[in-house]
Amino acid sequence: MNLPESLKYTKDHEWVRIEGNIATVGITEFAQGELGDIVFVEIETEDEDLAKEEVFGTIEAVKTVSDLYMPLSGTVIEVNEDLETQPELVNKEPYDGGWMIKIQIKDTAELASLLSAADYKALID
Amino acid sequence: MKKTVLYDVHLALGAKMISFAGYDMPVEYTGINSEHMAVRNAAGIFDVSHMGEFWVKGPKALEFLQKVTSNDVNRLKPGQAQYSCFPNGKGGVVDDLLVYHYSNEKYMLVVNSANIDKDWNWCQLQNTMGAEIENASDNISLIAVQGPKSASILQKLTSVNLTDIPFYSFITGNFAGVDNVIISNTGYTGSGGFELFMYNEEAVKIWNAILEAGGNEGIMPAGLGARDTLRLEMGYCLYGNDMDDNTSPLEAGLGWITKFVDNKPFIDRDFLENQKAEGIARRLTGIVMEEKGIPRNSYSIVDENGSLIGRVTSGTMSPVLKQGIGLGYINKEFAVDGKPVFIVIRNKQLKARVKRPPFI
Repeated sequence: MNLPESLKYTKDHEWVRIEGNIATVGITEFAQGELGDIVFVEIETEDEDLAKEEVFGTIEAVKTVSDLYMPLSGTVIEVNEDLETQPELVNKEPYDGGWMIKIQIKDTAELASLLSAADYKALID
Repeated sequence: MKKTVLYDVHLALGAKMISFAGYDMPVEYTGINSEHMAVRNAAGIFDVSHMGEFWVKGPKALEFLQKVTSNDVNRLKPGQAQYSCFPNGKGGVVDDLLVYHYSNEKYMLVVNSANIDKDWNWCQLQNTMGAEIENASDNISLIAVQGPKSASILQKLTSVNLTDIPFYSFITGNFAGVDNVIISNTGYTGSGGFELFMYNEEAVKIWNAILEAGGNEGIMPAGLGARDTLRLEMGYCLYGNDMDDNTSPLEAGLGWITKFVDNKPFIDRDFLENQKAEGIARRLTGIVMEEKGIPRNSYSIVDENGSLIGRVTSGTMSPVLKQGIGLGYINKEFAVDGKPVFIVIRNKQLKARVKRPPFI
């Protein structure tokens, strides 16, 4: 299981890349494997201010629909438009081309609540 | 949790397993989309051994089947199979099934795995004429090989001439060195192919022989996920979703297997003849999304004013069309090919259109 050390994780199976005040968010390799072929990613919250654990979008696999949760409070400043035509990027490149949103972080104190790669690994093992 | 005899084979092939109808079954191996396209373009091999098989034998077999099934078994010659359903005595459906006319006074019924116990109890209850019935579900395995390359792959393993088997017909013969395999030109994918019935102890040998024979022709093991998307692209009903104890065969679009012929006093015949004469209020129909979205079981179908006109019973993203497709019950006046309707997905009214299946 590929779990880059440089990323943070959540119990909702998302990864978070922190660069200054910006957090890039996607779902983990484990999550995409559990969901199977992703056929639709719907994110309509660009420019919205959302609280940690609010729903920012929806991801549909062939058989299932799942909500996507904010790992941190903040403003959704960018949405990966490639996923509109190529949702399979979430399967193929979960940590790269399959990223979903960028958040302008509101409260850096919340960073402490994110999991390390080792903590997340313990969660899914 | 029950296992088919191919369980270890699935694990060795890297299958993701799920619980389905009391069985631990492969939902996918490499991915639903790739397995789906393998079936559409080459071939896929499915373990559907969870399906149930009942034998019906003896001088009362035909009378029993004419009573419990909706289709006309009189028209079925030995070597032929027939799609049918069990009306439930209350205007609904106990299950849908295939009836195989195996030989004189001997029939095999193939029923849905989730309904084996229910169907068996129903058949015993209705067997007032004393047909010999036997539940062989735990002894028989079923392997489906579907897709345009199926015949050329399977032909390598049998001297039975597969092109001699018409659609919805079967031959019992030697296959991969195993005697008495039922080779049936049937399936649930719309891509052609065969279904093979054998005793459990032969299933692993036959499965491996087919995978090896089809290796050069692109055969892939395929799971229940692809089985569902394949049947949905054809608009085939799935019992439990698209029909059940509360839907009539006529509402489910199964009028073509409901035969009001002479000398066939079947369960619910009077009710269904009345319903046919009076007309049904709702009908199972296909839906194609015109906006981006996937119809799913229980989603509301509404008209342009947002009034409820029906409900989705099955849906998926079509791997071939890359479009959301589904089946659902819609008020009769809207169940017209091409009619614009809307599906409510996450509180949004998305454009769709009624489409008479198949979708592809």
